[in-house]
Amino acid sequence: MPVKLYIDAVREALWEEMERDSRVLILGEDVGVRGGVFRVTAGLFERFGEARVIDTPLAESAIVGVAVGASAAGLIPVAEIQFADFILPAVNQIISEAAKLRYRSNNDWHCPLVVRAPYGGGVHGALYHSQCLEALFTHVPGLKVVAPATPHDAKGMLKAAIRDPDPVLFFEHKKLYRSVRGEVPEGDYTVPLGQAQTVREGEDVTVITYGMGVHWALAAADQVAAEGIRVHILDLRSLRPLDEQAVVAAARRTGKVLIVHEDHKFCGFGAELAALICEQALFDLDAPIQRLAGPEVPAMPFCPPLERAYLLNADRVAEAMRRLARF
Amino acid sequence: MMEQARHRRPEAQWRGSGGEVHEFHEVHPGEPPRHRALGLDDAQAVEMYRYMLLARLLDERMWLLNRAGKIPFVVSCQGQEAAQAGAGLALDRQHDYLLPYYRDLCLVLLWGHTPRDELLAAFAKAADPNSGGRQMPCHFSDRKLRIFSGSSPVGTQIPHAVGFALAAKMRGEASVSFVSFGEGTSNQGDFHEALNFAGVHKLPVVFFCENNKYAISVPEHKQLACANVADRAAGYGFEGVTVDGTDALAVYQVVKRAVDKARHGGGPTLVEAKVYRLVPHSSDDDDRSYRPREEVEEARRGDPLVRMRAYLTEVGLWDEAAEVDLRQRIASELDEATAFAEQAPYPPEESLYWYVYGEEETSHAG
Repeated sequence: MPVKLYIDAVREALWEEMERDSRVLILGEDVGVRGGVFRVTAGLFERFGEARVIDTPLAESAIVGVAVGASAAGLIPVAEIQFADFILPAVNQIISEAAKLRYRSNNDWHCPLVVRAPYGGGVHGALYHSQCLEALFTHVPGLKVVAPATPHDAKGMLKAAIRDPDPVLFFEHKKLYRSVRGEVPEGDYTVPLGQAQTVREGEDVTVITYGMGVHWALAAADQVAAEGIRVHILDLRSLRPLDEQAVVAAARRTGKVLIVHEDHKFCGFGAELAALICEQALFDLDAPIQRLAGPEVPAMPFCPPLERAYLLNADRVAEAMRRLARF
Repeated sequence: MMEQARHRRPEAQWRGSGGEVHEFHEVHPGEPPRHRALGLDDAQAVEMYRYMLLARLLDERMWLLNRAGKIPFVVSCQGQEAAQAGAGLALDRQHDYLLPYYRDLCLVLLWGHTPRDELLAAFAKAADPNSGGRQMPCHFSDRKLRIFSGSSPVGTQIPHAVGFALAAKMRGEASVSFVSFGEGTSNQGDFHEALNFAGVHKLPVVFFCENNKYAISVPEHKQLACANVADRAAGYGFEGVTVDGTDALAVYQVVKRAVDKARHGGGPTLVEAKVYRLVPHSSDDDDRSYRPREEVEEARRGDPLVRMRAYLTEVGLWDEAAEVDLRQRIASELDEATAFAEQAPYPPEESLYWYVYGEEETSHAG
């Protein structure tokens, strides 16, 4: 099976879906001639032309709002928000409009659109090119929110998102773009939204995470394996819909749950996971649920020591695993 | 950039003693009546007025029902009927997309909704075609008629209209999208972002501002630092036009030109129809706290319905008997529709959970 970069897997999904379905179009800032500031859409403008790969004015609410209208009219827009940090001007269009269109029209209208947004830190992006904003959107019924961690899932889930009948927020961790390679099957495949995946089996500690957290957890599990701690890791892949069964099963597997995410801890996605596990598997737990998450400061500073201090890493995840294993 | 409709009457001539019909002088010897000069036949001119009156009487009926405690909320079209009728006739109701706002009762009636449809919405019943009783009244929607659903945060529909226009252009369709809003909404970011997008991509969309002088209580001069909403179009590279929105034929003329231009690749137009909101913002508002009664009374003397009726009378298409007959027929239609809507069932309680996502479509079919 070919091994590919995360960014190339995302581009392949876009390319193949645009080949497969003439209703699919891309719109966003710099997505056309420039091929995106990260180069995700490189080559698509040349292949599919300016009518289907649209360089829009710099205005996020219009990017999403126009996508809502175009999708209701029968197209399948994939809107790119250049950095997740810049999605906030479009929140009204996402939450008041896209999320509620089907419900408010009693199933008469719907808007099958995808909003792609590179998120996460560790690339010297400072406060406004580093944020994780997924928890703002997972609160909203009507939206789907996914954050694949591997090239395989990025491609398969982006195809699934494009074919989905509802609005999907597709968060791509920008640090993964060129730092992670993985096997990507030849040809067409999809990874269904709403299915978590066990990425490592173990008996002592369960880690539930997504995005960059999966890679920290895998590296940390290797570290503590040498000490005899066997770690079980669940990659959520999709936050809404959430694979609740897989979460509860993973918690029961070891009875010791460590939730890891880069986003802030307070009211972060981990709070929902902890609540779900308590509701459904409290008496199967052998230790209090632990959450390892971003610090309660507004966002990530620019200077290297503060950026390092802000971010989780494999060492910090390994330390949390050890503490929980000892409990 | 701006254009006043050619046949506009000076106010003094038609705001006379109580708005009597004889004040109007629309027929000039040797010239065809205005509506024919604009390409409208007699039946279409009459149709405009019929829908204006239908909208007004339906709107008044909803206020009555509200004050009687039967429906919780009304938001009104009164004073804006001519602007809507003129615009509605200028569009292709079989192919164009309509993205209305909450005052467009006359427009959606022209587009195929019935008083029964809107009363079902007012009573929030299951058969309401707009939302099945989920949204407040006057949040119009109907996919089969190409009326796109809107929300309550204002201006969000404007980029949607641009999206519909983008789809039409991409598919090579001749349809135009028509989106309306008030002057207060022209301050929202979505208004500016959408107009700019449409201007850059030269899309087939008509932006229609129904400037009724008030954003709830805040008057126009505290909303706008420029003279006209239409002036804002200049910043987006296309034409902005103001028109007397109490004159249905003038609105028709201006919107028709904008629609034709959009349909033939000429890009967007911003049309601003100057109207006056004759009633409070909604059934929960009391406009006595922010505008003098004299101002409202003065505006009532220029009531667009009076004006249109006067025109039709002067050109020989209308008379007192026709008026009485039409009012009687509308009254009985409204009685029947009110009774129907009041007795219609609410949606079942379990429907609360329906239609959050598409996968559930099959489970609640029918």
